[in-house]
Amino acid sequence: MSYVIDRRLNGKNKSTVNRQRFLRRYREHIKKAVEEAVSRRSITDMEHGEQISIPGRDIDEPVLHHGRGGNQTIVHPGNKEFTAGEHIARPQGGGGSGGGKGKPGNSGEGMDEFVFQITQEEFLEFMFEDLELPNLVKRNLAGMDTFKTVRAGIANEGNPSRINIVRTLRSAHARRIALTGSSRAKLREVKAELERLRREEPDNFGDIKALEAEVERLSARIHRLPFLDTFDLKYNLLVKHPNPSSKAVMFCLMDVSGSMTQATKDIAKRFFILLYLFLKRNYDKIEVVFIRHHTSAREVDEEEFFYSRETGGTIVSSALKLMQEIMAERYPANEWNIYAAQASDGDNWNDDSPICRDILAKQIMPFVQYYTYVEITPREHQALWFEYERIGEQFADAFAQQQLVTAADIYPVFRELFQRRLVT
Amino acid sequence: MTAQEQKRQPLSVGSEWTFELIQTYDREISRIAERYALDTYPNQIEVITAEQMMDAYASVGMPLGYHHWSYGKHFLSTEKSYTRGQMGLAYEIVINSDPCIAYLMEENTMCMQALVIAHACYGHNSFFKGNYLFRTWTDASSIIDYLVFAKQYIMQCEERHGVDAVEELLDSCHALMNYGVDRYKRPYPISAEEERRRQKDREEHLQRQINDLWRTIPRSAGKAHDADEGRFPAEPQENILYFIEKHAPLLEPWQREVVRIVRKIAQYFYPQRQTQVMNEGWATFWHYTLLNDLYDEGLVTDGFMMEFLQSHTSVVYQPGYDSPYYSGINPYALGFAMFRDIRRICEHPDEEDRQWFPDIAGSDWLSTLKFAMGSFKDESFILQFLSPKVIRDLKLFSILDDDQRDDLLVPAIHDETGYRQIREALAAQYNLGNREPNIQIWRVDRRCDRSLTLRHTQYNRKPLGESTEDVLRHLHRLWGFDVHLETVQGDQVVKTHHMPPRSDASEGDYGRMDMAVVHL
Repeated sequence: MSYVIDRRLNGKNKSTVNRQRFLRRYREHIKKAVEEAVSRRSITDMEHGEQISIPGRDIDEPVLHHGRGGNQTIVHPGNKEFTAGEHIARPQGGGGSGGGKGKPGNSGEGMDEFVFQITQEEFLEFMFEDLELPNLVKRNLAGMDTFKTVRAGIANEGNPSRINIVRTLRSAHARRIALTGSSRAKLREVKAELERLRREEPDNFGDIKALEAEVERLSARIHRLPFLDTFDLKYNLLVKHPNPSSKAVMFCLMDVSGSMTQATKDIAKRFFILLYLFLKRNYDKIEVVFIRHHTSAREVDEEEFFYSRETGGTIVSSALKLMQEIMAERYPANEWNIYAAQASDGDNWNDDSPICRDILAKQIMPFVQYYTYVEITPREHQALWFEYERIGEQFADAFAQQQLVTAADIYPVFRELFQRRLVT
Repeated sequence: MTAQEQKRQPLSVGSEWTFELIQTYDREISRIAERYALDTYPNQIEVITAEQMMDAYASVGMPLGYHHWSYGKHFLSTEKSYTRGQMGLAYEIVINSDPCIAYLMEENTMCMQALVIAHACYGHNSFFKGNYLFRTWTDASSIIDYLVFAKQYIMQCEERHGVDAVEELLDSCHALMNYGVDRYKRPYPISAEEERRRQKDREEHLQRQINDLWRTIPRSAGKAHDADEGRFPAEPQENILYFIEKHAPLLEPWQREVVRIVRKIAQYFYPQRQTQVMNEGWATFWHYTLLNDLYDEGLVTDGFMMEFLQSHTSVVYQPGYDSPYYSGINPYALGFAMFRDIRRICEHPDEEDRQWFPDIAGSDWLSTLKFAMGSFKDESFILQFLSPKVIRDLKLFSILDDDQRDDLLVPAIHDETGYRQIREALAAQYNLGNREPNIQIWRVDRRCDRSLTLRHTQYNRKPLGESTEDVLRHLHRLWGFDVHLETVQGDQVVKTHHMPPRSDASEGDYGRMDMAVVHL
């Protein structure tokens, strides 16, 4: 006697606990791999997980087993050319028939790298880890888009709380009319005939009886039709629209003068990624403009932005000017939400800094949603920082600046930005 | 032929399965199995998704395993190779329990489901019920309850003592899992209810015993410890985890309970590790026989049969030693060939068979086969039943690999003079006692530094593998004091391992500390 049970519906994701345990145990490895991936990937490419590989040695579960060597006789199948008592050369490279089978050691040797996939959520989780983001923000960045439910007419299916009573009754009525049409036409005829008989031949009891019975039968038939049937039910249809569905442009400005090292640029990249992710959750369409500058500014692609080296001095205003030009040309402020993120090590020609403030205050700040500036340096602030502080005073709710030494310092720049967004 | 074609009324055509069809096939297969008087536990057939299958696979088929990162690791690697199509999933997982639980994967075709039903629900199932190892060492009726108990207990421990503490302990226990079995002594069957009832008593009782053991009131200071104390343990102990559970000085009661859980589960799997060839061979033999009977009765189509034979042949495929796919002897191939050959020897013996197997040649094949299934394990099964014909068919040969010689020797091949040697060598290869290093608890220094000494008796000069140090580190964590491992050949100690690794300075430190303990 056998029982057949369908277990497909329960016990889904039963292994998630074990999986989480595994990720927890090897979080250092995974974090390193994620860090590498972050510097390798484009900042707009945060939509998928990552392949992680961990050296097999670190992940082995040790057991007591025999090692190589000693004296062992092993039986193999498929003999072709050997005869009993024959001596054969030891195969080179350690493998082959001498390697033996069935020893637990083999699995350890065969698996040099343990490779597996983490999901996008897990990837972001690990990436955010050393940014010290509050959980609410993490969810906001990594989680689902927010939706607005919009009425979109009437549907035949739905849940009972959404029944549209007027439409339902109307369609029930229509159905009753449609289905009883012929019966009622007949009933009318029969009634007219009955009327006529009663009036003209009141003695013709036989026919009147028959017609009365017919009337009864037809009315009963009409009444048998259900007042409300399942397919009369109409529901209000609500569809989800991503919210809000507007466009944003993100300007990335970075100093690429000789004083910016690759490590500094990597921190800057994290900063840009964070801003990008934030925008991604809030806007449907995002464009990214990369502007790099030393003494002159240029719009470049991402690869060149992060990975080409320049030497020479620094004139920040050149980048701001270029940004202003691009804004005016391609991104009218009434169509686009404009965000800007600027990263630098704080160096600038001294007499250029007041010019920067001027351009920012007059030509940029009035049009942007938020401007963030990070100075990646452990050194003292220079003129640019103090000029920007004045901007901060002037546009307190749309400007943030922060000094970064490690990646963990990035988040405070966004704190206000997130708070603002989370409230609205 | 045409007459037979017309008679053919298949149970189904096409490859889609439904629950009704599964039941129909199961009924038919069960009817045929009854003809062969296969004695089985009742079957519980569960249809699951590929993900669930990977999950079950990752936790070594335990449907209710406790949580541990290593299962997560197995899951990830299975998932990876499955999603990339590098590996088909195991078609079936079957659990030695009463009722016998078999998993069918929803992706399988009807033909595969029927194959799995025949293989798992009638093949493996009857093996679990009939083989002496399973009968003596496992209790099919209580394993599910016990797993539930173990899972809950470990979850409670995690809540009480933290995930990390439990994980560390489990890591250490897993490292020694293969040394957590009684090889010769029959264990008491485990029953979950009793476990729960006795667990409290045991905690208290155990702790008292341990305190007795470690009572360190020095007798007369002048006497040599070893002489008057006698050895402890009196006999070398093969079950290392058992010894830890009962005698480790520093473990908390809950830790002893966790050690016990791992040990009990190891014991439950021990028969499976000893009967791979027989178990798979038996199940393969029966799915082959049962489905062929279905075909002979006209209950399945030719297409069904082609699909079945295709997967059957790939299951029993044995690549040669020089093939890139070779990874040792395929237990399905060897076991299937042997059971088939036993049947042949019974039904159509030739001169050679009468000479080699005078007892079974010409006997009733079914009862001989059942006897072979019931009373042996891989090692003895091969020693008893590996016939010259199977050796010839598989072209078996042996290789002697001696690290003291420059070349390899072929001591025997599949010929008249070689059959016996091959048979013995192959049987020895399946002897778990040879496959795993023989390591036993040798001595505990109760009077001095409480160190634990293990003794590894070398077999054929085989050295220990490279993870030995790691395992000793785990043992050291469980024992709490120094651990030594001596490798002996005959009476001579040829190599020693120490944990913590021995350097002169640290040795002095440990010595002094423990002296202080003794004098207190």
